[in-house]
Amino acid sequence: MDKIQQNLLEQVAGLHEIPAGAVNIRSNGETLTRSTTANIDIVTKTDKPGIEITVKPGTKKESIHIPVLLTQTGLKESVYNDFFIGEDCDITIVAGCGIHNGGKEGSEHSGIHTFYVGPRSKVKYIEKHYGSGEGTGERIMNPTTVINLAEDSYLEMDTVQIEGIDSTVRTTSAVVGDNASLVIKEKIMTHDNQLAKTDFTVDLNGENSGANVVSRSVAKDKSHQIFLSRINGNNKCNGHTECDAIIMDNASVQAVPELTANDIDAALIHEAAIGKIAGEQLIKLMTLGLSESEAEAQIISGFLK
Amino acid sequence: MLELRNVSFVVEEDGKTKEILKNINLTLDDGFTAITGPNGGGKSTLAKMIMGIIKPTDGRIYFNGEDITDKSITERANLGIGFAFQQPVRFKGITVMDLIKLAAGKNISTTEACNYLSEVGLCAREYIGREVNASLSGGELKRIEIAMAMARGTVLTVFDEPEAGIDLWSFNNLIRVFENMHSKMGGSIVIISHQERILNIADRVVVLSAGEVAQSGTKDEVLPGLLCGNAPGCKTLLDKMPS
Repeated sequence: MDKIQQNLLEQVAGLHEIPAGAVNIRSNGETLTRSTTANIDIVTKTDKPGIEITVKPGTKKESIHIPVLLTQTGLKESVYNDFFIGEDCDITIVAGCGIHNGGKEGSEHSGIHTFYVGPRSKVKYIEKHYGSGEGTGERIMNPTTVINLAEDSYLEMDTVQIEGIDSTVRTTSAVVGDNASLVIKEKIMTHDNQLAKTDFTVDLNGENSGANVVSRSVAKDKSHQIFLSRINGNNKCNGHTECDAIIMDNASVQAVPELTANDIDAALIHEAAIGKIAGEQLIKLMTLGLSESEAEAQIISGFLK
Repeated sequence: MLELRNVSFVVEEDGKTKEILKNINLTLDDGFTAITGPNGGGKSTLAKMIMGIIKPTDGRIYFNGEDITDKSITERANLGIGFAFQQPVRFKGITVMDLIKLAAGKNISTTEACNYLSEVGLCAREYIGREVNASLSGGELKRIEIAMAMARGTVLTVFDEPEAGIDLWSFNNLIRVFENMHSKMGGSIVIISHQERILNIADRVVVLSAGEVAQSGTKDEVLPGLLCGNAPGCKTLLDKMPS
């Protein structure tokens, strides 16, 4: 890996070197490195670009790192990664994509991740998207996540996009089974003329299923954000969706939470709040010796922490 | 230590000029000063003016001999002036630990931060990782503000009506915290308050009414005329002042 790739890897996966355990690093459309473990297998798809990851039942305290790096300007790719997680697992998956575009042509990555989480399994899924480069070509990232949760399973998805992506459409859909729970925590910051659209659809099909979808975002400059969140309560279930956005400069933010209860025992809540940084918050931090810009940075950093 | 010389603050309201503060001359020395008076008398404006949140329309403010009239909030904070809002500010995502570290201006250990919280009667470990948001009560937030003042080591701290919006139990605790703070912290503590119990622990009391200093002196000099209980025919200083 060159220094640009190393930086992207650090930004999206927090890695300074190739980690131990199950790993698949994709760089500019090719597999840069791959390793598997006794419990986690990774194979290349034969019908389309992407990989299949199979986790044996009972696998616990193991991690999978599958970051994607794009440094070749003009490269556009769609990658299909499927995760088959057996029953009674407890694993962490670190994905994420970094695009460095130093040229004039747009670079684009569309990652379609499909999860089949087995009964009683617990998954922590972390994805981070990051862009860099001095080129005028757009950096485009369109992640799609499809989640299928079997009975008594749990998936927590932490998805972060803080910097450098010009355009993103982030689509997530989930079907939640009996006694299963889904937690999604999204953090987004856009600047300049960037566009970020997130679109969540959760079907709470199982009895006593639950979902908590929380988005915090900051829109700066002339950027535009759209937050769509649909929760469909199709059984006795609990669903909560929340969008909390800070708007700055000439940015615009649209939040559209949507709840549908198709069962009398469905309990669904939505919250949405959009506003600028409160003047008294800035003043409070300035009374602690921070300049106005330092106070603003501190408030944003805490908000997106 | 802090000196206000001929300080006035005038605003335009509905095409008319309104004097919020009128030619205030006041010196606040080390120790505990309580500023009291009727609502609308200019107390909170004066408090904000000391911190630089509001600038006087006339007059000068000196801190330890230095003219700070044109200095910003940040510059005043870095000179050692602190301010606690009447309604403490809440933050999403910022924890009690984050604020105490920011107040200290350096990276302090959890134990050190806990010590400041213990000083104000909070069970420290329980609070350290909590977000400074709506989950904390008004009384808890006010004590956290005091812990921040301690961590910051301010030489002059202004508290704007610390008793506002808290219950009696929290108020009793707050009094104990201020008494403790008074005995342990050096420098000046300025509290804007309507509460007799707070006025009673002050070294000095300033009565501000209709934008003017109606009286200023030790509590023994000021309080008898200010509070005469139910004594028949007694007119307090405030009864005699325009509201």
